[in-house]
Parts: sequence; structure tokens; C-alpha cells
Amino acid sequence: MVEEKIIEILAEYKGCPITEINIENSFEELGLDSLDTVEIVMSLEEAFNIELEITGELKTIKDVAAAITKLI
Amino acid sequence: MSIKITGTGSALPSLSKTNDQISQLLDTSHEWIFSRTGIGSRHFCEEGLSKLATRAGSKALADANCSPADIDYLLCATFSNEYATPSLACLVQQELGATCPSLDLNAACTGFIYGLEIATALLASGRAKRVLLIAAEAMSHLVDWTKRDISVLFGDGAGAVVLERGEDLLALTTSAIGNAAPLYAKNPQGNCPYLTQNEDDCYMHMDGKEIYKFAVTAMVQDILQVLAIAKITPEAVDYVLPHQANMRILEAAAKRLPIPEEKFLNNMQSKGNTSAASIPILLDEACSAGLIKAGQLLVMSAFGAGLTTGACVIKWSKNNIKSEN
Repeated sequence: MVEEKIIEILAEYKGCPITEINIENSFEELGLDSLDTVEIVMSLEEAFNIELEITGELKTIKDVAAAITKLI
Repeated sequence: MSIKITGTGSALPSLSKTNDQISQLLDTSHEWIFSRTGIGSRHFCEEGLSKLATRAGSKALADANCSPADIDYLLCATFSNEYATPSLACLVQQELGATCPSLDLNAACTGFIYGLEIATALLASGRAKRVLLIAAEAMSHLVDWTKRDISVLFGDGAGAVVLERGEDLLALTTSAIGNAAPLYAKNPQGNCPYLTQNEDDCYMHMDGKEIYKFAVTAMVQDILQVLAIAKITPEAVDYVLPHQANMRILEAAAKRLPIPEEKFLNNMQSKGNTSAASIPILLDEACSAGLIKAGQLLVMSAFGAGLTTGACVIKWSKNNIKSEN
């Protein structure tokens, strides 16, 4: 559920089909730089109504999903 | 009581370096810098900040058809004056040949908006009839030029306005959330033999991700708030003059606001982030280019170290028939 929502938000941000995004992907592999990551984190915070600390640990979609799951 | 802007001016140093030129010194590239910031080149102040600030101030005075003797308060928004004391305002006062009280204020990149607020109070109280507000920064002196991620962002410049009583300023908001950690620049620590100095910590520090998030959130909140205070609908806004920190911040804020992105003016491509000076430089350029006309509604919004934020709505009343200065 969390992973699906993240993929949906990422696909919308990148303007690509959700099938092009895999939960094992890192943001770097998806062609996203550090400021894109912040933008996506802000969208996720709005979507899940949480506050997510942006750390170097959040490299892949899986990492982000795990961090969000802890908060909701 | 409100105020009106009766003159604008700006000054940029002649020395300018492109991303390609900087890439010869640092391990970076035009593509890397431009895609993350929207900045292509920036200026470097060799002449001394007070001379640059004085040039901007003189142009604003000329545009307002008045002389240094006509100003009765001089405010400078800056945190990069080459002297800890005297203030930049006192140095500019001397160079202009003015005689009025002169004072610096430091609200980092929000300095121009805070300056408008202080000037409004001075004019409202009757303490001053005409205020010269100059925002001037030599940011290149504060950043570590061995760090590619921060040094490329900033530039030097000065912008100025002459302010008098009037009806232009419809609403203004400022805020501060004291927190040095995400963005700071320390003063020299001296050489007191009884104290330890940390020489590694003498340049500007910025947590880019935190500041990006803060900046986007602050711009959106402040602009909506100031429009609500002024009872202006977003559709009625002619131009937004945002602090020129980073194109990506500007785009992200525009996306979240009910104001089309093309109404957000920008000039960071050739100037970088000139801190407090960015909005008055942008304003003066827009006036000179004939973009801004009497009757238009302008929104200004800034954010910076402090953390400080500020925004205002101005109904422009000046006729900008201005010769190239």
C-alpha cells in the first residue's frame, strides 16, 4: 500500500508509467537528483500526513517505504 | 499609513564568471550547476561593497528625482559588509555625502522585506519623510571556494529603493524561527589567546535539502497569507518578485500556488543568489525593462538564514519612464 502510493507519486513526478518504477530502484537510478528527492519527500509528507526526515539513508523506494511505515 | 516606492536602482560588479569558467577551478560543470540551480553566471565585487551599495543608492535617488540631502534615514540590509563596524549604511552615507541617521539591519536574504517593514514604521511615526533602503551583499566573500556545492550558488550585487509616505504597500508579513543549524555564516573569531578557535567553521554552511523544503513551504504560506491580508485574489497578481535563491525552489513554489509560473520573474541565471539584494535588483531591472507599470499588483517573497521569511503586496503607483542608468 505504502510502496504503491510512493510509486504512484514518483511516476506522476517523472511523468512516466508506474510499470517503469521498481521498489528496488534508487532515486539516482531513476535519474532523480537531491532536490528531486526533497520534492518527492514533500509530496509524500502531504500524501501520508507525516513529517519525514531527509537523511542519506533514504536511497531506494524500499528505504522510503520502510521509513514511512514506521511513522503511520 | 502606507508607503510608496518613488525610485529604484541597482548595481552589479563588472567582474562576472560563468559556470564553465568556474568549472576550470572546481570539479563541477555547467550542466550540473544549471540543472540544479538555474544559475549560469554570477558577479564578484572587487570594488568594495560600500561602493557597490552607493552606486545602487545613487541610481535610486536619481530615479526619485532627489539628492542625498533629501533623505532623512538610510537603511542597509546586509550581512556581508567588509567591516564589522562601522555599518555599511555609515560607509554609504559618507560616500553619498548624506547626513541622515544610518543603520544596518540583518535579516539575511529576507533583509529587503524586513527593511521595507522598518522603513514603513519610520515613515509612519513621522521620524522620516524619505528613506533610502539599500540591500547589498558580497556573498562571494562568505562562501568556501573549495566547496563546489555552495560556492557556485551566490553572487554579489546591490539594489535600492527610495521610500516615502503613500498607498503602495497593501500588506506585509515577516517571520522568524530562530535556528542557526540549517544555514549560518560565522564572524571571524579573533585571536584571543585564552579561547580556542575553530578555523574550519569560518565559511557559510547550508543544509541544502532542509533549506529547499523550508523555502518552498515558506514562500507558499507567506504569499497566500499576504494576499489574504491585502484582500487580493491570486488571479489579480501581475508579477511575483521572489528571492532569487534557486530556480528549482521558485518552480516548486509556483507549482503549489494558484499563480501561473510565468508571472514569477527571475534573473538568477546571470546573477546567482545575491541574498537581500536579489529582490530590489530584480525590481529595478523589471522597471527598466518597462515590465512594471502603474496600477499593477506585485508580490515580493523572501526567505533566508535566521530562519527568516517575509512577503508583501505592492500596488505600484510610479510611472516608470526611466532612462537607462
